[in-house]
Amino acid sequence: MSAPLTSLDRPNSYIGRSVPRPNAKRLLVGRGRYVSDLRLPRMLDAAFLRSPHAHAKIVAINTEQARALEGVHLVATGEDLAKICTPWTGTLDHFKGMTSAPQLPLPLDRVVWAGQAVVAVVAESRAIAEDALELIEIDYEDLPVVVDIDRAREAGGPLINPGSVNNTCFRAQLDNGAVDDAFAHAAHVVEEEFSFGRHTAVTLEPRAIVSDYDPAADALTVHHATQTPYQFQDLYSRHYGIPEARVRVIATDIGGSFGMKLHVYHEDMAVVGLSILLGRPVKYVADRIESFVSDIHARDHRVRARMALDAKGEILAMDVLDLTAIGAFSTYPRTSVVEGNQVIRLMGAPYRFKNYRATLEVIFQNKVQTSQYRAVGHPIACAVTERLVDMAAAKVGLDPFAIRAQNVIADDAYPQTSPTGYRFEALSHQACLKRLHEMMGYEALRAEQADLRERGIYRGIGIAAFVEITNPSPAFYGVGGARISSQDGAILSLTPSGEIRCLISVTEQGQGTEAIISQIVADQLGLAQEHVKVITGDTEVTPHGGATWACRGAGIGGETALQATRVLKRNILEIAALILQEQPSALDIIDGEVVDAVTRNQRMPISEIARIAYFRSDTLPPGTQAQLTVSHHFAPQGYPFAFTNGIQGCSLEVDVETGFIKVLKHFIVEDCGRVINPMLVDEQLRGGIVQGLGAALFEECRYSETGQLMNGSLADYLVPMPMEMPDIVIGHVETPTADTVLGAKGVGEAGTAAASACVLNAVNDALTPFGATINSIPITPTKVLKALKRF
Amino acid sequence: MKARAFSYFRAATIDQALDAHARAGDDARFIAGGQSLVPALSLRLQAPRLLIDITHIEELRGVRREGGYLRIGALTRHCEMLSEPLIAEFAPLLHAAAPFVAHPAIRNRGTFGGSVALADPASEFPAMTLALDAEIEIAGPSGSRRVKADDFFVELFETALQPGELITAIYVPLFKADQRFAFDELARRRGDYALVGCGMLATCTGERIDDIRISFFSVGNTPTRVKGAEATLIGSRLDAERIAAAQAALEGDLAPPDSDDVPPAMRLHLARVLLGRLLGRLGEGA
Ligand SMILES: Cc1cc2nc3c(=O)[nH]c(=O)nc-3n(C[C@H](O)[C@H](O)[C@H](O)COP(=O)(O)OP(=O)(O)OC[C@H]3O[C@@H](n4cnc5c(N)ncnc54)[C@H](O)[C@@H]3O)c2cc1C
Repeated sequence: MSAPLTSLDRPNSYIGRSVPRPNAKRLLVGRGRYVSDLRLPRMLDAAFLRSPHAHAKIVAINTEQARALEGVHLVATGEDLAKICTPWTGTLDHFKGMTSAPQLPLPLDRVVWAGQAVVAVVAESRAIAEDALELIEIDYEDLPVVVDIDRAREAGGPLINPGSVNNTCFRAQLDNGAVDDAFAHAAHVVEEEFSFGRHTAVTLEPRAIVSDYDPAADALTVHHATQTPYQFQDLYSRHYGIPEARVRVIATDIGGSFGMKLHVYHEDMAVVGLSILLGRPVKYVADRIESFVSDIHARDHRVRARMALDAKGEILAMDVLDLTAIGAFSTYPRTSVVEGNQVIRLMGAPYRFKNYRATLEVIFQNKVQTSQYRAVGHPIACAVTERLVDMAAAKVGLDPFAIRAQNVIADDAYPQTSPTGYRFEALSHQACLKRLHEMMGYEALRAEQADLRERGIYRGIGIAAFVEITNPSPAFYGVGGARISSQDGAILSLTPSGEIRCLISVTEQGQGTEAIISQIVADQLGLAQEHVKVITGDTEVTPHGGATWACRGAGIGGETALQATRVLKRNILEIAALILQEQPSALDIIDGEVVDAVTRNQRMPISEIARIAYFRSDTLPPGTQAQLTVSHHFAPQGYPFAFTNGIQGCSLEVDVETGFIKVLKHFIVEDCGRVINPMLVDEQLRGGIVQGLGAALFEECRYSETGQLMNGSLADYLVPMPMEMPDIVIGHVETPTADTVLGAKGVGEAGTAAASACVLNAVNDALTPFGATINSIPITPTKVLKALKRF
Repeated sequence: MKARAFSYFRAATIDQALDAHARAGDDARFIAGGQSLVPALSLRLQAPRLLIDITHIEELRGVRREGGYLRIGALTRHCEMLSEPLIAEFAPLLHAAAPFVAHPAIRNRGTFGGSVALADPASEFPAMTLALDAEIEIAGPSGSRRVKADDFFVELFETALQPGELITAIYVPLFKADQRFAFDELARRRGDYALVGCGMLATCTGERIDDIRISFFSVGNTPTRVKGAEATLIGSRLDAERIAAAQAALEGDLAPPDSDDVPPAMRLHLARVLLGRLLGRLGEGA
């Protein structure tokens, strides 16, 4: 497959090997410990009364009957919590001019989306809390609801935030090269308007939190299903005024997150306040309906874009307008403008052209907030670019592979800067294109397509190249003033029995972080993987770090583990050298044994070194202090991001009578640099692709004109299921980053980045004989039949 | 969400069940497989004071021949529609529809009686009782009666069942050698409620259709027989022209509801497509 860091036949060479994850069995046999499994002594349950209106004034709240219900301990309104929690604002300094209104756990006088939590009840059980909710009366006065993005942009229209001049959250512009000139002299111009529906993460485990405040110690412990415990430690500390060292956030087992669980949610902030008010542990688990109306949503973009080409099909320029609606607030602390920002910056990323102009407009409306969800912005930039490339290919008379081969940045031309200003260290578009062409059996697929068309069967073939942002530096959030770390830390100890304990700041949501960290540690130290224990997700014991966001666990967390292990190994060998009266450089460790570096003859087990260091330090030379615990931090340097790339392909069939689409096979060739565990990388790609196919074909949060979510259940909001999913064929190209020793980049978002673009191109390819086109995602039977004018 | 508190009673006989219902002043619900009722309780869409568990009533179980009918006990589970040989032989349309009802976990618990009693217009089995000309046996405080499927489904979630009445069995005329059937549905994902679904049972002499009953689901407030389409087919041979005529007749038979994602015209179009495909299969002797 690829050239590994160390030869795979050496003992303990785990980097590059498909080893199973150590925690899989525990989860499979039902021994996982999720927040919802927690039962603390004296724990109470919270439930929330939610607004039925998308925009209304709160005139009066009557909670008297609810308070009187047996088993109810507390009924809290916005006012009660505002007394102990400072407000937050979802803006960042590097997004110049962005605005958003301050937010509180529960609203004081106005609700701004249907489903917003308004009153909290804490009771002996969730059922009693829900009984009490039925007894609360709220008087609302309707305000004008702004759902539609055009309505939101109308001058003089209703305002979401009183006192603001309009409903604009943020505007950004890019203008590089000579765009007007390029379009004026272009032989071909293709132009289209695209729309991308809102969708949401739908994690298996919903949001869950148990907040446990101890008034005697002024100490807060929060068991939180989140991917970023350190961020929440900081936020709970600052907004509730508890010293950071006395706030502990524990993220135990987590059933999926995909970005959704790294934002501040009003209910979660409220639950912390409720436990402070009561001095007791309080639990809240969002049910599925609550998840649909309060988890962040994503996408919801309308993009108008055009591309200029010369007569031979060389791309000359792109010009893009992205409008996106984000709900009533910008999400805290990462904001709701990152997606739009990435949309306009990832456009055209695989290609060589230099003239680029884009405008981004981020708009408020009366819906739940949008924010970062797997592959932030990528699917939109990719779908727009790749569809335009296909349209251009048709116009110029080139095959989709040929036009891409002609325009991608050459593999030997790096470093390069993208048309939007991103700096690329080294990508491999040409190698990936070539590989995909072979893997798909492209010529045969096209021949089969032509044959079947004769028989009234309409198949489509689509491809889509992409670039993914991974290993983010402080350029992502830190520079904007957010207290979000882009470095990671690890603490490694040799145990008295000669095993390794690794406490590390990256976290596990089911993707196998702990598996790859233990692989890297075992590999670098020279130890069987089962002797490495990795511990994550507890701010009281694991060092401060970025945890999980963007794509960084392997690239940054992995490098942290690698460097920390090298320090520990040096320390172990120093002690070994003293005992064996050798030079440390003459020794190595293999399979837990100190060996002669040249002959590989065993000298002594590392357990013996641990025994002597911990229990018989008197036998070591005077002045020796064995350092068998090391702590080490690593912050990415060099390029601000490690970009990755790849290309996907899709073969599908459209039933032109029913509008149903069957995906027959999906392909991906991906380059994430050093592959640490091929099985886990493939899992990431498959899972990501399935989420992308969900977006392409099924998933959409549909709203009524009055701002009601119409399909807030899993019966109505369709997620992809195994029966509808195709086989996924995976290929790899490896271009390690030179910014780290490990050379790994991220892979978690690559599948999602291009899957929907691929389907969009394939469906349009299938519809070619009818002259019908679709430029809207998800591609539902309704849209297909409309495009075909069947009803 | 969590259900409101309720009392629970496990009935051993039909009489006990009816009696408990009456004594609760009809603020009660029978629970069979619970696959529709339990979600409704959890969502607090329903909050009866009493749940009467009917799953231990022997008289509601079993599948057997009775005269010209197959008697299918109300507690027959969806999964038994797939595994019971008598159903495969004498009510093959139900056997064909069963794999399309939800997923295995739900089919392991959901019951035929519960499905028919609920009368969800998007459900497969209620619509198939229409195609099969089945009869529904009902026990109530004033005794037992049999109601034709044609008279059973009244309005959205409203049937001939009176409060406190229990479905005890469904009687299906035995499938005969000169009959043919076809079933299919258009669902976005396997196991979902369909956008449109249809089942049909025809009695033929050679290539001529002597009688046919066609029933649609997911097209309106109740499972719907399409008598106009049936009329175009009875007495004729199935050819392209007849099929087109039957498809055209659907316009008069169906008035699909407006929904936010599937416009009525589209549902009608899909019904036509599905009818055409099923009649095609029927013609091939499927
Ligand atoms: C995820 C999911 C997907 C589903 N998909 C489908 C699908 O694709 N197609 C489909 O048809 N169904 C589907 N269902 C519904 C399922 O088939 C139900 O089991 C069925 O509709 C009801 O049967 P039950 O025995 O579970 O009834 P219950 O839920 O126990 O009861 C339903 C109602 O019927 C009443 N009742 C039950 N038995 C009797 C009786 N003998 N006499 C009088 N009243 C009675 C109850 O009082 C209650 O009001 C799905 C359910 C779920 C949870």
